[in-house]
Parts: sequence; C-alpha cells; structure tokens
Amino acid sequence: MSELLQILISGLSAGSIYALAAVGFTLLWQASQTINFAQGEFVMLPAFLVLALSVKLGLPLWLAIIFAIFLSVLILGALFKKLVVEPMIQHGTLPLVIATIALGLLLKEAVKEFYSPLGQPFPSLLPEGVMTVFGAAVSIPDIANFVIAMGTIVGLQLFLGRTRTGRCMQATAQNPQVAQILGVDIKRMVLYTFLINGALAAIASILITPIYLAKFSNGEVLGLVAFIAAIVGGFNQIRGALVGGLLIGVIDNLSAAYISAEYRQAVPMVLLILIIMVRPQGLLGTSEGRAV
Amino acid sequence: MSIKTLLFALIGIGLLIAAPMGQTNYIIYVLCSWLMFSIAAMGLNLTLGYAGQVSLAQASFIGIGAYVTSLVTLAGYHWVLGGLAAIGATFVIGLVLGYPALRVQHHFLAFVTLAFNTIVFLVLRNEEEITGGSFGLVGMPRPEFFGFKTMPQLHFYYLVLALFVIAAFVFWWIVHSPWGRAFKALRENSIRAESLGVDTRRITLLAFAIGSAFAGLAGAIMAPLVQFIEPGSFSLIHSLKILLMVVVGGAGFFFGPMLGAAVVIILPEFLRFTEGYYLMIYAALVIVLMVYSPQGLMGLGQKFLSLFRRKPEVRKDMEKGAQL
Repeated sequence: MSELLQILISGLSAGSIYALAAVGFTLLWQASQTINFAQGEFVMLPAFLVLALSVKLGLPLWLAIIFAIFLSVLILGALFKKLVVEPMIQHGTLPLVIATIALGLLLKEAVKEFYSPLGQPFPSLLPEGVMTVFGAAVSIPDIANFVIAMGTIVGLQLFLGRTRTGRCMQATAQNPQVAQILGVDIKRMVLYTFLINGALAAIASILITPIYLAKFSNGEVLGLVAFIAAIVGGFNQIRGALVGGLLIGVIDNLSAAYISAEYRQAVPMVLLILIIMVRPQGLLGTSEGRAV
Repeated sequence: MSIKTLLFALIGIGLLIAAPMGQTNYIIYVLCSWLMFSIAAMGLNLTLGYAGQVSLAQASFIGIGAYVTSLVTLAGYHWVLGGLAAIGATFVIGLVLGYPALRVQHHFLAFVTLAFNTIVFLVLRNEEEITGGSFGLVGMPRPEFFGFKTMPQLHFYYLVLALFVIAAFVFWWIVHSPWGRAFKALRENSIRAESLGVDTRRITLLAFAIGSAFAGLAGAIMAPLVQFIEPGSFSLIHSLKILLMVVVGGAGFFFGPMLGAAVVIILPEFLRFTEGYYLMIYAALVIVLMVYSPQGLMGLGQKFLSLFRRKPEVRKDMEKGAQL
C-alpha cells in the first residue's frame, strides 16, 4: 500500500511537470494552429541557459533562473513567433510542422556543439529530504515540484478566466474573426500565448532537469510525452492537457513498477492509440468536427 | 510516356550507371544508401505529397523490412524471398495501422504513426531472442543471382540501382494510374473528391500502405548493404529525417524525394569542412526554405524557371475571377 502511494505521488509530481509542457502545447495549438514538434527542445533549452548563466558567467543561481526564464520568453516565445511561425502560418499546417521539426533539430545540435554533448549535473533549488506520509517515503522535491507546477497552471487558469486580457486570449483562440470584430487585438493575444508558452517551458525545464541530467537529447522524450498528454487529455482544452499530463506521469511510474521496465515507454503509446480509436477528441476534449 | 520523358529517364539511368565507376568503396556505399533512402522517401512522398497524409513511421517500416529480410536470409533462404516478405509484411502492417487512424480524423495518422514508431523501436530493442536486442543482427549475406555475386560493392550498387529503377517506375505508374489521380484529387480537395465518388478513406489507406511497402523494400536493401542492423537506426528521429527529406526535396514532385535524400545523404560528404555544424546549417536552411518555398527545392526550382518562361496572358476581365 505504502509502495503504491509512493509511486502515485512521484507519478503525479512528474506528471505535473509534463502537464506544464502539454498545456503550452495546447495553448499554441488553440491560438495559432501550431503543432509544435520542438516543444521537447523548448523544455530542454532553458536548463542550459541557466547553466550557461550560472556556471559560465558566475551569476548566483536565483538570478540565473530569473534571467533564463526571461530569455526563454524572449527566444522561445517572441522570436519563435516572429521568425518561424508568423512567416509560415499562411502556408498552412504542414510547412510549419516541418519547420518546428527542423527547429528542434537545430536547438539540439546547437546545444550539443556549443555547450556539451555530455550530461551536465543541474543544481536543484529545493532542499533534499524525505518525509514519511502514511508509511510512504515521499521526497520533498517531488512535493515541491508538484506544488509549483500545479500552482503555475492554476495561476494560468485564473489569468485566462478572470482577467480581461485572459478572456480576450480565450476569445481569440475560440473564434479569431469574431474576436477581432469585437475589438480584440488578436495579434497581441496570439503573441501573449507564445510568451506564456516560453515561460511554461522554462519553468518545466528548471523543475525537471535536476531529476535527470541536463542533456541535449532530453527533449526527445519530453516532447513526446507532452504531445501524448495533450492528445490523450484533449487537444483543445487546458484542463485536458493537465489531466493528460498527470495521467501519463502516473501510468508511466505504475507501469515501470508493475508491468515491465523495458516496455514502460510503450504503455503511454498504447494508451494514445486506444484513445485515438475510442475517443479521438481526447478524454476531456470537445469534438472539432470531422475534417473530411 | 512521351519521347522527351523517356529520353530524360534514359539519360538519368545512364548517369546513375556511370556514377560509381572508378570510385572508392566508400563512395559507392554512400550512393547505395542514397538510392535506398530515395526509395523510402518515394514511398512517403506517395503518402504525403500525393495523398496528403503525414506519416511519422517511415523509419520503423524500414526497420521492419530490414529485420524481416535479415531473419529470412540468416535462416538460409534467398534474399528475394526475404525482400518479398519484407514488402508484404510492411504493406499489411500499413493497412492494419492506417485503418483505425484514418477512420477518425485525417491528421490522427500522424499521431498514431508517431506512437507506432516508438513501439516498434521498443519491440526491436527488447525482444532479444528474435531481434538480437540492442546488439542487433550481423552478417546478413549479400544475394547471388544466377552466378552474379553481389558481394563486391560495385555489383551490389547495380542491384540497388535496378531495384531503384523498378521502384521509380512503379511509383510513376501508380501516380499516372486512375489511383494516382484519385490520390491527387484527395489532396487538392477531399470533399470534392468524395462527392465525385472517390472512396477517400480506402484510397488514403491504400496510399499509406503502398508508401509503407516502399519503406519495406528500402529495409530489404539496407540489411545486405550495411550487413548490420540495430534498433537505433529506426527510431523516431530517423522518421522525422525522412519526412524532412521529402519536404525539402519537394512533396508531390516525382524527383523531390531523390533530391531531398541527396541533400541529406550525399551533400554532407562534400561539406566535410563544416564538421559538426552540418546538421545545424541544414536545419536552419530547412526553416528558411519553408518560409520562402513550402514546396521544397523542386518548388523553388520551378519558381526560378517560371521567371524565364513566358507566362500565359490572363485576360484582364478574368483577373478578378481567377482569384476567386
């Protein structure tokens, strides 16, 4: 029993970080029909920005993290939109998909060449330690990660639901033409979405990298997980991405413990295929209607 | 086939026959792998460029083809049997995989194939008794045809070239058959195609299965070419690379995939001085290319040529109408 609890908690902790990346992924999809295949690399990169600022330039860690989040918002948000998405959006979805695949490759190779091809230890902000809850050993960083990630998502939900700007962003995502008629500056709203995605990726990166090492190839797995979480939960819902992320985190840990460590990666994939066959709009998603 | 295209085809084949002469084994190996990837990319071009479906599992189909061929030839049967088994297996798996995905929405094929590629990789890595696990399979024999041994690199090149020409011809035939026109109709306007009586789901499924079978053939070539296969060569990132090949070359163009494969396989050999930066430069160029010419290099070439060609004059009163 305590073992199960332990697995559930660490699963939820990892899942909440996946959810951060998945939420960003769905936000981009809603705002601009961008399927971002570089999302995994977006989560990989900020950790290296932190390392570059703190290890190479000698800034204190907290300052490096603030700068890194700022830089990710700038590079992965504003620059990405300006240089990649904006010129290409008129050509339709496919060229943009290809461009994001190429961008992922570019970021990965750039980190490998300019920083290091080896895994780098990444400092954790959080105190190490283990608590005992109902007989289960729970690590404090796990709890803290969960709280920070969920706090970010709840904050984002509040921003989107309770503020004027947030509701304008939702309107833009739901129906850009009508939103524009009603006086919403849709270009600005789409830009905000990209900035938020940059920030979410940076937070996810800083939370998840201490668990693994900072490595250029981290994005491959993370991107896939974010992608699957978004589809499983529902492509057009933030709640969906949240549930999808948590679900994948828990299932991943459960299958590693009880099914087989070798096939743990396959379980989310099978789940993905099942969801697509049974409920293609995702667990919480609403149907977008048939394309054909 | 008009005389002009036939002539072009013959000149092209002639050049390909002459290309490896007097070259080192390594260069011939590079050419072989270019032809092999061209076949796989051609298959994806059918799925993507003609039927308009994104498949992210082309590398896994190459993998299935390569493993099937290796297992058959290592068991002592002739390579031809292995190759046919590889093509058959990938075709059937393509049908089975595509059916549920295409039943729902068309972009779900991309998601399903993405998951499928990862699952295939895990199966290849974990089922050690059959696939050799992460050590892979080694020592696949090169085939012999009526005393013509393909063990020397040059001989093997001509085998690959023959298969390439056959594949290209089959591709050309499919594209110009009623099926091919149905594929194109589907890509251009699926609703209209359906209203004209094209069974869109069946046709898309067929395009995907045939595209996968091309990858199976590429795998059947890879096994005796490299004589060593391991799961890492068939992971998701390789599927993405093949997708990039097709799009960079020009999806929907006959020569697009061959050009795209050349950019990925042959060009790095000439650009050795760029060292580790080649992939970065390539990725950056792909992004720039997508901005200026989503039709790929072939599209870019066509744009360039159309600068010199005389444009058909549009009647002034029709100008508006043509835009509608």
